[in-house]
Amino acid sequence: MDLGKIYKNIFVVLFFSFVLSACATQTTTKKIDGQMQGDVYTGTDTVEYLADGVADRVFFATNESVLTTASRETLRKQAAWLRKNSEITVVLEGHADERGTREYNLALGERRANSAKDYLMTYGISSSRISVISYGKERPVDSGSNPLAWSKNRRSVTVKAN
Amino acid sequence: MINRNLILILLLIFFPLKATALIKVDITRGNLSPLPVAVASLFSSEEDKKKLNKELKIDDIGLEISNIVENNLQQSGLFNPLDKEAFLQKPDIAHLKPRFEDWALIKAQALITGKVNLQDNKLRVEFRLWDVLAGKEMLALAFTTVPKNWRRVGHIISDKVYERLTGEKGYFDTRIIYVAEEGPKTQRVKKLAIMDQDGFNTKYLTLGNELVLTPRFNPTNQMVTYLSYFKNLPRVYLLDIETGIQEVVGDFAGMTFAPRFSPNGKKIIMSFAKDGNSDIYTMDLENRIVERITNHPSIDTSPSYSPDGNYIAFNSDRSGYQQIYVMKSNGKNVKRISFGKGLYGTPVWSPRGDLIAFTKLHKGKFYIGVMRTDGKGERLLTENFYQEAPSWSPNGRVLIFYRETKTDSKGEGFSAKLWSIDLTGYNERLIETETDASDPSWSSLLSN
Repeated sequence: MDLGKIYKNIFVVLFFSFVLSACATQTTTKKIDGQMQGDVYTGTDTVEYLADGVADRVFFATNESVLTTASRETLRKQAAWLRKNSEITVVLEGHADERGTREYNLALGERRANSAKDYLMTYGISSSRISVISYGKERPVDSGSNPLAWSKNRRSVTVKAN
Repeated sequence: MINRNLILILLLIFFPLKATALIKVDITRGNLSPLPVAVASLFSSEEDKKKLNKELKIDDIGLEISNIVENNLQQSGLFNPLDKEAFLQKPDIAHLKPRFEDWALIKAQALITGKVNLQDNKLRVEFRLWDVLAGKEMLALAFTTVPKNWRRVGHIISDKVYERLTGEKGYFDTRIIYVAEEGPKTQRVKKLAIMDQDGFNTKYLTLGNELVLTPRFNPTNQMVTYLSYFKNLPRVYLLDIETGIQEVVGDFAGMTFAPRFSPNGKKIIMSFAKDGNSDIYTMDLENRIVERITNHPSIDTSPSYSPDGNYIAFNSDRSGYQQIYVMKSNGKNVKRISFGKGLYGTPVWSPRGDLIAFTKLHKGKFYIGVMRTDGKGERLLTENFYQEAPSWSPNGRVLIFYRETKTDSKGEGFSAKLWSIDLTGYNERLIETETDASDPSWSSLLSN
């Protein structure tokens, strides 16, 4: 009985120290990079431009395909550019980070590219001008094995097709 | 195709002896004291040696074959092959009648002897398995094959010995199909590759011009289904290994992926992704009829049939996160079976039918594990930074999977390798490959 209690206490202490250390690491990561919000990449290291001020890619949280406010703004700019250049067709390339199984990541990349496609369509771009391809985790832009690298790799990239 | 070249012609002697009297290796738990076994070099007369050398350009084929057997038995973790230097009796005499005291003296409990020669341009091999302590022959077999198949002879002997000593079929006369990888992590070049289970006879089946992923054998090991990005259109393909002929599976207006054969080889089951949603489909290879198996707004992928073909295990995030589900093969009665902490993927039904192997991600670590088909009795076999995609040995005793390394602060040091581990959670081993490797799939036994 007593022994059980001691074990229980040890467990509780261990549990809390674990939670605390987990929090500690998370805050330090945030401070060091400053290029992530939650775990969505907000930096510009890897970003290329379709035209002046029109970024080519949007980023996603882990396991998510929901567009962030920043992503929607990027896509609205892409839509405006596409409306102005009506002869241009694009491929949306969906990607995942390396922290998932290959097959699930292929599906996830496809889901991400489509959520970007849907948004472009709501801003008047015809689906006939947009094709979609998923690369899953096969084509990372950053070869790092850390949260910042992974956040750069969770992306949908709009690429000119013609 | 392969079996045509290899005919098991003669069952010499097979004494049905009392099981209790003879050695038996228990493979149901981690084996901390592997059985000491002496594998004598297969002997040939001087004349045969010359003929064999001329035919195969190998000095001592009998020694080479015995080395294959030794290596296989050792890799299984169940046996401890003894150093040939310590052997007291000559292999040719031992093959006729072992002096069991000599073998007991060097602590051998089992002894394998044999003979190899050329007969009508065929390689003829015979071997015997002896119980040293009981002083009895346990098994004797002979067979002929085309000489270039000599490595397979070593694998078949290994399978027969394994089967006689453990009571279960072996897995040595098998092949692995996998994806060979080269180049930087951001621009990997991937090719389909096939090799013997022990890493020899590697052949590349594609040139690396397009990305290829997840190859899987059909039940007769002659066909492979896989994902190819040919012309930048990710689709499931079918490849005939003998002829090299490839074709797209079905006519889908979008990505198809995660293919596997049904247990009778007549269907391919896979995912089809459209408008951001992946569902599971089958295509009948004879009449080309496509059937939709799941219809759900979540991701449904990584389908794997039960060996009787009546059920399908698959991966879905319909609960919000990746979990493992089982349903009837017609898509009815969908049931979630994974309820542990973390995410679960890549369910693969064991060839025995009683277990499902999976990949699990929990607190930043990846695990390969097994659970019963109702999701109970989860056991994690190995933990690492990244590993996934288990594939079963044909006897359901070993899992092969791939593991990727964490890169350093400069993003360098990436590698992908094949590993195997016993169902017991013991005997984890690196499988040597010429290049980096991933997505392994184990064939069934080539000869039965």
